[in-house]
Amino acid sequence: MLNSSLSPLCFAPRRGTIARWWSGSPVRMMLCLFAPALTVFALPVRAQENPYIVAYDHYLEEPGSLEVEYFSTFGTQRSGNDFHSFWAEFEYGATAWWTTEVYVDGQTTFDDSTIFTGFRWENRVRMLQREHFINPVLYLEYEQISGADKILKEVEGHDVESDYAVPNSLARKEHNHELEFKLLLSKNFKGWNVTENTLAAKNLSGGNPWEFGYAVGASRPLALKACAQRCNFCRQNFIAGAEMYGGLGDRHSFGLHNTSHYAAPVVAWNMPSGWTLRLSSGFGLNDNSHRFLLRWGVSREFSGFGATVSRLFGGGKS
Amino acid sequence: MRTEQSKSTLISVAIVVGLATASFGQKEAPSPVALDGSVYAELSKSPKKASQRRNPLAGDPDAVAAGANLFDQHCAECHGEMAEGGRKGPSLRADPVRQATPGTLFWILTNGVVRRGMPVWSKLPEPQRWQLVSYLMSLSPSGTPSQ
Repeated sequence: MLNSSLSPLCFAPRRGTIARWWSGSPVRMMLCLFAPALTVFALPVRAQENPYIVAYDHYLEEPGSLEVEYFSTFGTQRSGNDFHSFWAEFEYGATAWWTTEVYVDGQTTFDDSTIFTGFRWENRVRMLQREHFINPVLYLEYEQISGADKILKEVEGHDVESDYAVPNSLARKEHNHELEFKLLLSKNFKGWNVTENTLAAKNLSGGNPWEFGYAVGASRPLALKACAQRCNFCRQNFIAGAEMYGGLGDRHSFGLHNTSHYAAPVVAWNMPSGWTLRLSSGFGLNDNSHRFLLRWGVSREFSGFGATVSRLFGGGKS
Repeated sequence: MRTEQSKSTLISVAIVVGLATASFGQKEAPSPVALDGSVYAELSKSPKKASQRRNPLAGDPDAVAAGANLFDQHCAECHGEMAEGGRKGPSLRADPVRQATPGTLFWILTNGVVRRGMPVWSKLPEPQRWQLVSYLMSLSPSGTPSQ
């Protein structure tokens, strides 16, 4: 089922385009390499995913589970070519309080080229064991990306639309090694999830200052009770909400000015088969922002992945 | 340039080692999970006020069926398809669970037992957690829901 569902991703549509397709999308390549292994070794489970694409809530991956995600962003660009960026995420629940995740990023700039733009390693650690009025999670990420990265997974510092108008051949020559810290504060109340993320990032290459950003979000399932029957289109499977994100300047010039801000309605569809689809249409809130960002994503969670890997290498025997 | 490459390689190796360590941390317990009494001791940690909460869906005939679906989707992986205990989670048909109040079960579901590997399930809306409680309360010591 997984293989057939991934066939549009994994198989080239026409003969003669294989080499171009294969070299053109490293993220797709990664997905295709991992998918068969996942089908063999792990069981899909139904996830209850929030609809956010930029903001995070305080829920971590279930221990031992691997979630494989693919996301796409189409962005408009003034003074340059529109683009389609994409990334794959491999999110693993190491424990009930620690989730670790690897991203692989790429982008296509129309009338330019398709390139691999780097990878990220992210860790989220739950700080309190139980649920509280507000639930804090610490987030630490290392990024090794080129200047051509356009996934816009966060806005930091004075990021503005014109930064993304540089041709790929030039932008990819810039290499960034960046550490990013976030404090995720999230709360559930009467079916609503409300979350606030504060971001601080430091580019380790060169003498760049600390940069800051934010993301906020709110979402709620369309129905709070579950149906007695399994169903794809039951209202409880749909979670809708909105998120807003943007930059907060840097150490020398803190604030909401000279940076970009976005607002985006978001919706997620959690299917009983284990798949989750997300859709978001983001709108720039000022002249420094892209006018429109259309994002979508598909994900699936596989339980027992950690135990299977451990068993393969002779671990976990007691 | 070479230094840059070496740095990238080192960081990549560190990431792979980190992920491998995380993966090897997952110990697979024999099935059903080997238990000592302390697994159920978490139930006694529920605050009195939480334990006294009543299940608002107690009289809802659909709550058990909906709870069974939710259990299958979210809980069976660890606790076994029939709640008899599984690779990671204890049996939910054991006496300590059967004797627990609905409020106590709801509290455990909401807060999880993070240190023992049970995630918090507050991401399920409150009515769905009560539906799960309805299903758990309906379980007989060995067999299907006792209705």
